[in-house]
Amino acid sequence: MNEQRLHAYVDGQASVEERREFETQLAADPELAERVRAYQQQNEALHALYDPLLLEPHQLRVPVEPRSHWRRWGGLAATLALGIALGYVARGSLSMVGASAPIVREAALAHAAFVPEVRHPVEVVASEEQHLVTWLSKRLSVPLKAPSLMAAGYQLLGGRLLPPTQSSDPAPMALLMYENAQGRRLSLLIKRESTNRETAFRYADDQGARVFYWVDGPLGYALAGDVPKEELQSVARLVYQQLNP
Amino acid sequence: MAFSAADAEQWIPRLRRYAIALTGNREAADDLIQDTLERAWRKRGLWQPGSDLRAWLFTVMHNVHVNGVRSMRPMESLDDSERGAERANEIPAAASAESGVVLSELRAALARLTDEHRQVILLVGLEQMSYAEAALVLDVPIGTVMSRLARGREQLRRLLARDAGAGGPGLRRVK
Repeated sequence: MNEQRLHAYVDGQASVEERREFETQLAADPELAERVRAYQQQNEALHALYDPLLLEPHQLRVPVEPRSHWRRWGGLAATLALGIALGYVARGSLSMVGASAPIVREAALAHAAFVPEVRHPVEVVASEEQHLVTWLSKRLSVPLKAPSLMAAGYQLLGGRLLPPTQSSDPAPMALLMYENAQGRRLSLLIKRESTNRETAFRYADDQGARVFYWVDGPLGYALAGDVPKEELQSVARLVYQQLNP
Repeated sequence: MAFSAADAEQWIPRLRRYAIALTGNREAADDLIQDTLERAWRKRGLWQPGSDLRAWLFTVMHNVHVNGVRSMRPMESLDDSERGAERANEIPAAASAESGVVLSELRAALARLTDEHRQVILLVGLEQMSYAEAALVLDVPIGTVMSRLARGREQLRRLLARDAGAGGPGLRRVK
């Protein structure tokens, strides 16, 4: 029945042919079109409202040990909350967490949280690139640019604003996501840095995500992806060149 | 590949997003997830290696949630508006300032739906499960998923349209 097709269309679960057929129907039925728009907006709003939770530190884990045991360690777990949040990225190598820069943690978390999203990895799509860049620049209070990574085969998918993860550093961050023809995704995290200096490329590797990061003027950058180190490095160089023509 | 705790833990942010949206309460959500992880670990032998771990974890969580709701009957005696207000107070702040008003309306409207409608809307709209996956997680036929989705979304639309005032759009642009 029509109702079923409507929802399949809204949720992107219709085939190309079904979509086309339904769109013909939509064009002829303003009331139907209004409902479709309302339901699509419901989905978008759900993501806007609840996606920030994906980046929130938590102290949950699989109780491999009996409950009384891990309960006792609850205090320790709380102090390491962010470390454990990263645990799912780093597959448990906590020693690494203390050593890595906050931006590495944030980039790894953001990459792990948003890359698996098939339909909503970004808030603003690349087709509205100018709007995206203006919006993110405004929210970070610093002019941003979205580097073109076409030379490396990666196309801009879009971007989103991320909530701050540390109370000591309450500035929001921008996340740009890129995808290549094979569907592989890279995330570029951009945040304001108080140091205002330049650093060389640094690298952090933690099984779950590889990250190249650097500071360039007022901004810190972290490029994260599940691609070989060499490829990630060459894309990081490209990002730098694009931003410093 | 056998069940691994590390693999399961990768899904915690997703379970958590869903649980907080479902219960409207961080503490209740974290308890729900902890119970879910415990149960999943105890029952790990029941997970079919190679099958979808996310769907299995959500199924376990659904069962834990249903049992929990059943044992918390007194909650149900709260009337809708009280329950809505209680939920609204405890959910996270809105994602962005410019959409804050509208997002809080969505939150309040969502809290007014029945658990069954909210589950389907969140599994499909937020978690982006296929209808078949949602049916599996909720242990109901696909037809039931579809009818709950249709009813839930329409109710949500009416609630939002009403909040936005007569004739106003249901939701302004999120961006």
